[in-house]
Amino acid sequence: MNIQTLLLPLIMAAIINGTPLLFGTVGEILSEKAGNLNLGVEGMMYMGGAMGLGAAFYYESLAGTSANGIAAVALALLFSFLGGAAGALIYSFVTITLRANQNVTGLALAIFGTGAGQFIGEYMRVTSGGYVSISLELKTFFENSPFPAFLQDIPVLGPLLFGHNIFVYIGVALAVSMSLFLNRSRAGLCLRAVGESPATADAAGVNVTRYKYLATVIGGGISAIGGMVYITTIAGSVWNHEGLSGEGWLAVALVIFCLWRPLNALWGSVLFGALMILYLRLQLPFIPDQLYKILPYVVTVIVLILTSLRSSKDKQPPASLGAAYFREER
Amino acid sequence: MEAVHAIELRHITKRFGKVVANDGIDLTLDRGEILSLLGENGSGKTTLMNMLSGIYFPDEGEILVQGKSVSIRSPKDAYENGIGMIHQHYKLVDVFTAAENIALGLHAKGRLDLKQVAAGIRKISDQYGFGIDPDKRIYNMSVSEKQTVEIIKVLYRGADILILDEPTAVLTPQETERLFTILRSMRDDGKAIVIITHKLHEVMSLSDRVSVLRKGKYIGTLATAQTSPQALTDMMVGRAVRLNIDRPEPMDPKPRLTVENLTVLDAEGVKRLDGATFTALGGEILGVAGIAGSGQRELLEAIAGLCPATGSVLFTPEGGAPTQLIGKTPMQIKQAGVAMAFVPEDRLGMGLVGGMGMTGNMMLRSWRKGRGAFVDRRDPNALALRVKEELEVVTPSVEFPVRRLSGGNVQKVLVGREIASAPSVLMSAYAVRGLDINTSYTIYHLMTEQKQKGVAVIFVGEDLDVLLELCDRILVLCGGQVSGIVDARHATKEEVGLLMTRTGGKEDGPHA
Repeated sequence: MNIQTLLLPLIMAAIINGTPLLFGTVGEILSEKAGNLNLGVEGMMYMGGAMGLGAAFYYESLAGTSANGIAAVALALLFSFLGGAAGALIYSFVTITLRANQNVTGLALAIFGTGAGQFIGEYMRVTSGGYVSISLELKTFFENSPFPAFLQDIPVLGPLLFGHNIFVYIGVALAVSMSLFLNRSRAGLCLRAVGESPATADAAGVNVTRYKYLATVIGGGISAIGGMVYITTIAGSVWNHEGLSGEGWLAVALVIFCLWRPLNALWGSVLFGALMILYLRLQLPFIPDQLYKILPYVVTVIVLILTSLRSSKDKQPPASLGAAYFREER
Repeated sequence: MEAVHAIELRHITKRFGKVVANDGIDLTLDRGEILSLLGENGSGKTTLMNMLSGIYFPDEGEILVQGKSVSIRSPKDAYENGIGMIHQHYKLVDVFTAAENIALGLHAKGRLDLKQVAAGIRKISDQYGFGIDPDKRIYNMSVSEKQTVEIIKVLYRGADILILDEPTAVLTPQETERLFTILRSMRDDGKAIVIITHKLHEVMSLSDRVSVLRKGKYIGTLATAQTSPQALTDMMVGRAVRLNIDRPEPMDPKPRLTVENLTVLDAEGVKRLDGATFTALGGEILGVAGIAGSGQRELLEAIAGLCPATGSVLFTPEGGAPTQLIGKTPMQIKQAGVAMAFVPEDRLGMGLVGGMGMTGNMMLRSWRKGRGAFVDRRDPNALALRVKEELEVVTPSVEFPVRRLSGGNVQKVLVGREIASAPSVLMSAYAVRGLDINTSYTIYHLMTEQKQKGVAVIFVGEDLDVLLELCDRILVLCGGQVSGIVDARHATKEEVGLLMTRTGGKEDGPHA
C-alpha cells in the first residue's frame, strides 16, 4: 500500500525526469571519451529541443489528420539529433581542426545553441499564431507507454517495467549499447585510446582527427535528443522561453558523477531525476525550493571529492580530456 | 657471417634544416647478433634508427632488408618488414591492460577478441620468460614491466629485427641484467637486435659488434671481443678542439658550498642523484659533465631548494658562518645569495615569463621590494636597460615580449638578471645550448667575470671541449653518482669521457 501510493509515483516521476539527462549524459560521455570536453550540452539540447518539436509540429500540420504517431516520433528523433550534431560540428571544427580552447568554445556553444534554439522556437511560435503544440493524439505517442494496457496493469511491476514513455526504453538501449561499444569493440578501444593518449593512438595508426570528429558530432546529436525528450515528455510539447532550464549543465555534472561510464548513467540519471523533483514530492515547509534544486550539484561535488581522494586511475577522466592534439614535427 | 644481411644501410643521410643529423652512414646488421650503436648525445644514433622504424624518412641513401631495397614511410611499413623499435618514451595507454595496449595497433577485421590477444601474449611471455600478466593495467606496472610490454608488442606483431633505444636508462641493475638475459635468448633464437646506448660496460657485456657514431658521422664498427672501453671512448669523443677561452687562475679560493651525500629520489622512487659529495669554491668555475639525464638537473634543483633532497648542503657566505640549505624554501635560499640561471630544454620554461618584456622579467626577482600594494617598476626598468646595453640584447624595446626574442637573446636576459642580483653562488645549466659562437663567448666571458669577483660558479655543460677550456675543475656525473672530479687544466677529454660512462666508478677516478 505504502509503496504503491508514495514510492512508486516518485520513482516513475524520477525516471521521466531522468530520461532527458540520460541522453545528454550518454552523448557527452562519448564525446569526452574521445578527449573532447564539450560544455555546450545545454546549447545542443536547446537546438535539439526546438528542431525536434518543430519536426513533429510541421509534420503534423502538413499531414493533417493522417499524421502517424510513430513517424512523428522518428522525425523528432532524427531532427533533434541533426540539430545537436550541427552544433557539435561547429565545436569540433573550432577545437579539433583549429585547436582552440575547449572550455571557451564549449561555453560559446552553450550560449549560441541556447540562442539558436530560442530563435527557432520563437519563429515557430510567432508564425503559427503565438502557440506551438502538437495535437493530443500525437502527444500520446510521445508521452504514453508503447506497451499494451494489460502489461501495465500488473501491480507494481507493470508500471515499473512497462509504464514509461518510449524514450525511456530507447535511452536504456542506447546506454547499454554505448557501454558495449566502448568496452568491447575495436573501434571503442581506439576511441578510448584517443581520449587517453592521442600520441599513442596515432603511433598505433589510429586516425585521431576522424575519431574525435565522429565521437563529438554523434555524441552531440545524442545529447540533443535529450532536449527534444524534455520538451515532448515533460514540458507538454509546448515551446516556452524557460525551455530546458539547465538540463544540459546537469548532464555535464552527471558525466562526472557516472565516472564516464554509460551504465552508471542509467541509475545516475534516475537519481538526478529524483533529486530534481524532490521539492514537489517531499516538501518540507522550512526548506526553500532552491535548496532542493542544488542537490544534484552538491552530490556531484561530493562524488568529485570522493574520487579524487581515492585517486584510483580507473575513476579518473580520460587523461587527455580538454587537450588539443597535433603531431609535433621534430 | 651470412651473405645476406638482415639490414643493410647504404650511405644514409638525414638533414634537419641546416643540421646534418646523419651523414652518409653505412651499417649492417645480421640475424643472431646484438649490435651496439654507440655515440655521445646528438651523435645521430636515434635519428638513424628512427629511419628504420618509420618515424623519419632518409634524404639520401638506401635501406636493404634481407637484401631487398625497401622504402619505410611509417611504423606500419616497418612492421611489415619485420622491424620493431622500442622507444625511450613508452607509447602505452595508462588505463589499458597489457592486452588492450597490444590489441590497439592491430588492424585486424572483425570482433575484438582480447582473449585471443591475451593467449598470444602468454605464449610469447612463456617463450622468453617475461612473466607478464596480459590483464594487468599499465598504471600498476613497474617501469621494467612497461618496457616488457613494449617488447612483447613488437614481438606480437611479428618483428624479428628489434631496435631498443637506451633500454637501460630507467632500469635498476637487476632489471638490466634480466633484460640482457632476455635479449641474449632472443639473439640465440635468430633475431637481430640493435641497442642504442652510451654506456660502455653494457656494450662490452652484451653486444657482439659495436658501431660508433660521432657528430652524425659513421666512425667504424668493431667486434666487441677485440676492443676495449678505452679504444671505444677514443672513437666516441674524437680529438679535442682548442677553443682558447681566457681562463685566469682562481684567486683565493674558499669553500662556498659544501655538499655532502646529496640524494634525490624521483616520483617513482628511483635515485636520480645518489650521494653526491663535493665542494664548490668561491672564485672558481666548477664544471659539471655527464651524459644528459645523469642527475645534473636534480643536482642544481636540490641546491636551489626546488626539489626535495636528503643530505647536506652547507653554504658559507663571504666571511660568514655556514648555514644549512637543505630544508629551506627556494625564496630563503635565493635571499642567502644562491642564484640559479637554469636553462632547461625549453628556455622559457623555468626562468622567464614569455609574454612579459625584459622589465617584467627583471621584476620577477624584485617584486617583493615595492612599497605597499604597488610594485616598483623603476628599478627593474633601469636594470633591464642596463642588461640590454651591457650584454647587447637585440630587442626593439625592454617591454617587447621575451618569447619573441631569439634564443641567444633570451639566454642573455636570463643570465644577465641572475648576475645582477649579485649572487655568491651562480648555477647555470646548458647556458649556451643552441647559441652561436659569438653569443656563447659572451656567456663564457660573463661566467669568468663572476668567478673573478669571487663567486662560486657551477657550470653544467654538454661540450667537453668547452668544459675543459672554461672550468677550473670538472665534476663528472654518471647515473646520478659523482664518478670523479678532475682538474680541468690537466685532464684530457678521454679521461672525462671514460668517467661519464662509468657507473659508480669512484674508486680509481683521478681526483684533483
